[in-house]
Amino acid sequence: MSLNVWLGALEQGLLWGAMVVGVYMTFRVLDYPDLTIDSAFTMGAAVAAKFILSGYNPWLSLVVAILCGALAGLITGLLHTRLRVAPLLSGILTMIALYSINLRIMGQANLSLLRVETIFTWAKGLPALGPFGPALLGLLVVALVLIILHLFLKTELGMGIRATGDNEQMIRSLGVNTSTMKLVGLAIANALVALSGGLVAQYQGFADIGMGIGMIIAGLASVIIGEALVGSQTLFRALLAAVTGSIIYRAVISLVLQLGLPPTDLKLLTSLIVVIAMSFPLVRQRLGLRALRLRSEQGAATGQRSQDL
Amino acid sequence: MLQLVNVAKTFNPGGVNEKAALREITLHVKEGEVVTIIGSNGAGKSTLLNVIAGVYEIEAGKVLLDSQDITRWPEHIRAAWIGRVFQDPLKGTAASMTIEENLALALRRGRPRRLHRGITPSERQLFKEQLALLGLGLEERMTTRVGLLSGGQRQALTVLMATIATPKLLLLDEHTAALDPRTARTVVELTEKIIARHRLTTLMVTHNLEQALRTGNRTIMMHEGRIILDLSGPERARTTVADLLKMFEKASGSAFADDRVLLTGNQGSL
Ligand SMILES: Nc1ncnc2c1ncn2[C@@H]1O[C@H](COP(=O)(O)OP(=O)(O)O)[C@@H](O)[C@H]1O
Ligand SMILES: [Mg+2]
Repeated sequence: MSLNVWLGALEQGLLWGAMVVGVYMTFRVLDYPDLTIDSAFTMGAAVAAKFILSGYNPWLSLVVAILCGALAGLITGLLHTRLRVAPLLSGILTMIALYSINLRIMGQANLSLLRVETIFTWAKGLPALGPFGPALLGLLVVALVLIILHLFLKTELGMGIRATGDNEQMIRSLGVNTSTMKLVGLAIANALVALSGGLVAQYQGFADIGMGIGMIIAGLASVIIGEALVGSQTLFRALLAAVTGSIIYRAVISLVLQLGLPPTDLKLLTSLIVVIAMSFPLVRQRLGLRALRLRSEQGAATGQRSQDL
Repeated sequence: MLQLVNVAKTFNPGGVNEKAALREITLHVKEGEVVTIIGSNGAGKSTLLNVIAGVYEIEAGKVLLDSQDITRWPEHIRAAWIGRVFQDPLKGTAASMTIEENLALALRRGRPRRLHRGITPSERQLFKEQLALLGLGLEERMTTRVGLLSGGQRQALTVLMATIATPKLLLLDEHTAALDPRTARTVVELTEKIIARHRLTTLMVTHNLEQALRTGNRTIMMHEGRIILDLSGPERARTTVADLLKMFEKASGSAFADDRVLLTGNQGSL
């Protein structure tokens, strides 16, 4: 494989990395299987593209994408906390609703950004960076995301969110409104996903109504790969693992495409990666992807325990 | 201090699984009183504590804390005043977070969670001192994830967490039942020390009748959602485990339905 392909995988891994961190935030930190992610990704792309095409600054378009993503997460959270809709269904409802909204935002199924200024045409125009402009830009954005999120998760509020995902009953008994924590957590996660969508749209030069499909599974595969290789002993390591996993995932994708796998089979491959990973009990346990498992599995374990004792 | 007036709680009202867990419970607990609660399985002991903590809403009656009517307050608001330790050591701590993070969460019980630092250096110092008092060496492992600790260590930590921001009321629900006898004894001693140090008003559910009589200054017995016995003062001082079992049989018309109790009763000590 040529250097170009590897560089491309690195760029993609970084830009999609913000999405993977969002998936990590919902599935691992909040323990909430949030399906909003697919549509929040498209929404970020749609909003960014629309704003840029309307003549606004590409950076500003990212800020708006972040806000829209947060709003999407908030809606899912409100469905769950106010209307008591189950987590999976709350995400599905938002995802379906956002499909229509994203189409309205774009006005058509596909928006091209090929003839306009984006943050990447800007980065490529910086002669000092050579071919590394987009990668460095991705690195900068992802580093900022990681640092800010890490700082946030160490605040009182951030720790409240982590504890909510870990042990809801306990943190409620410590006086935390867990509904609020879920709302904030979901908003942040989907804001990251939408940011990623906005970045990817500018990077690829288009936004497409279907570009978010399968994001969750791609994100999960990345999280699993990252945690297996980098580990998750500390919070920072877990965040770093998400981004590393994203890069490796994109590299694997590039590799199999080079080997001749038709791009249309990618989603099948991604699902298989996750299924295979989850079928190893040890991997499942070690990774502790609780949100993915059936509740009864946990319930049975703890129920058994309290009866034995 | 704590008053329950005619409190009733029914699970699944109107359904096939309808279960009256609490019936017309009236209980006054004075400041500084340490009340032990005994009763057979399903008597409503845990439900009573959950109702006080606000986990369940009640159909009838009132709950007052310091003469304030808190009946309609949600759990997370009441939590400002109430420290809890559950039976299951896994339930009282966040396994994926470190010892110091768990303590920091507990220190902020009842306070708003803002964008401030989650743990300050001076808090770390406080945690170190408090952990040292447990005598388990946890002060050297403050950045260890709680999931790596043993059940006994976790439960000792939970007791500290429940009391590190001094509560008005401490609720303990068979908090040593899941531990082996030796660890249980350590955690009991530790709990008694902490209760004495802060003169905490406490409700403690236990299945160990001997411990129920030895600990605190009042013992109540529950059966089928009612308080059927309320012992304190000299009367309680004269009571033995055998008396308790007899009183239970007389008041309920049935044998004490908890084999663990007989076992511990015969042994006379833990
Ligand atoms: N969440 C619940 N839903 C339905 N029934 C419950 C629930 N919690 C407790 N119960 C029932 O209420 C009764 C009292 O339970 P509990 O308070 O846990 O008893 P104890 O702690 O004294 O053993 C039992 O019959 C139990 O099955
Ligand atoms: Mg109980």
